Amino acid sequence: MASYSTNEFKGGLKVMLDGDPCSIVENEFVKPGKGQAFNRVKLRNLKTGRVWERTFRSGESLESADVMDREMEYLYNDGEFYHFMEPETFEQHQASADAVGDAAKWLKEQDVCTVTLYNGAPLAVTPPNHVILEITDTDPGLRGDTAQGGTKPATLVTGAVVKVPLFLEIGETIKVDTRTGEYLGRAKED
Amino acid sequence: MTDTSWQPSASIEALHLRGALLADIRRFFAEREVLEVEVPVLSRRATSDPHIDSITALCNGDTAYLATSPEFGLKRLLAAGIGDCYYLGKAFREGEAGGRHNPEFTMLEWYRCGWDDRRLMIEVGELLSRVLQISQVQSLSYRELFLRELQLDPHTASEQELHDCTAREVELSFVPANRDECLDLLMSHRLEPAMGDGITLLYDFPASQAALAKVQEDATGTPVARRFEAYVGGLELANGYWELTDAEEQLRRFQADHRYRGMHKLHVYPFEERLVAALEVGMPECAGVAMGIDRLLMLAGGYASIGEVIAFPIGRA
Repeated sequence: MASYSTNEFKGGLKVMLDGDPCSIVENEFVKPGKGQAFNRVKLRNLKTGRVWERTFRSGESLESADVMDREMEYLYNDGEFYHFMEPETFEQHQASADAVGDAAKWLKEQDVCTVTLYNGAPLAVTPPNHVILEITDTDPGLRGDTAQGGTKPATLVTGAVVKVPLFLEIGETIKVDTRTGEYLGRAKED
Repeated sequence: MTDTSWQPSASIEALHLRGALLADIRRFFAEREVLEVEVPVLSRRATSDPHIDSITALCNGDTAYLATSPEFGLKRLLAAGIGDCYYLGKAFREGEAGGRHNPEFTMLEWYRCGWDDRRLMIEVGELLSRVLQISQVQSLSYRELFLRELQLDPHTASEQELHDCTAREVELSFVPANRDECLDLLMSHRLEPAMGDGITLLYDFPASQAALAKVQEDATGTPVARRFEAYVGGLELANGYWELTDAEEQLRRFQADHRYRGMHKLHVYPFEERLVAALEVGMPECAGVAMGIDRLLMLAGGYASIGEVIAFPIGRA
């Protein structure tokens, strides 16, 4: 397996640290004028999503991690696993609920997601930045409230709950930013 | 890594600031009757510093080195009787590249005859206040800073205490090899960020980090290096000494550096025996300091990385 020295560390490089695959976020070269050189590195643990800070001696190296991002279509959930398909090869992958994590509440069949593979198996799933989903439950819009511009919770078909304007009704479809969970607007009719 | 852009990475505004700063520094020294001198950038001799590497060049078929600092040339001139002098020009260090480092950089180094480190620190504060327009200057000893921030005396703490404190404060991928490595880690990770926005002049370093400074006992009887560093907003800008003038001690330190480099399988360069010869004849008692001009520009213009103040940093050079 290839390894990378601290002077090759750059944002996005995938390396192994303490047995877990990580993505380098930031690499700062630190050298006191008369002292030894260090590299102060921030890495995101791809299993847990946590960011680690670690200082290395300059010249130390880390093994590369067999991690790659692939665009895949979400197919279905069989109750235990989430199934994804690579659109060109039709190769299918099943991801555990752990790997899917919070992305689960945005997954709609046929949407294209980024699936991170580690040693060939799904490690994490990133939903599209914007999704269009139907409202399945919300309090009825109250007459006279439209001018106030308030919000109410609405449950979407995938289970996510977002804050929406008071005038929206069950059955309408809306556009949501999955990174912030914010309502962006009513979806245009196709 | 070569960048194919032909354009400078620094803005035209930053380059104007650089020109104005260099002119202001030259005025500062002209007002004080300190002479600008030039010394070789290309030399047959190299640094002996255990943690600095020289860039190797080929000159007339022989190995030569790009100067890591103008120190040896300036000291030979001091021994020859040049008097107060400064160098403002390029220096080179192998392997140093990052947000605050470029292998080729601009260095200011000056010497004041008859002064000690404390007197020179005042002048460093004056120059920094002038070019950065900062009036707040704090002077404190290396020990005071460690006591204030970590409740640890860097000179008397046991090796175990230093290791424990480092392990507590810094997430490391390795075990520090010795006291100095612990101290360097604490300094760069914990103390520099705690220094505040003003000018900080830090003095009386551990004797083990003396480099080319005199070592003397402080008021508590601890031997300390008469060395100081200047920081602004936690960014290391300058390193100064009450200069070692003892030829025998200089030779011992060169030899110790060579042994260290040999033991740690680092490249061993030919050391500057002509500096020892100059000290044998006699160099005036003096204090000297080196300052990083690119970093000074970063501070003066509020730039976050060194590439924003150098027209063509190494990737585009």
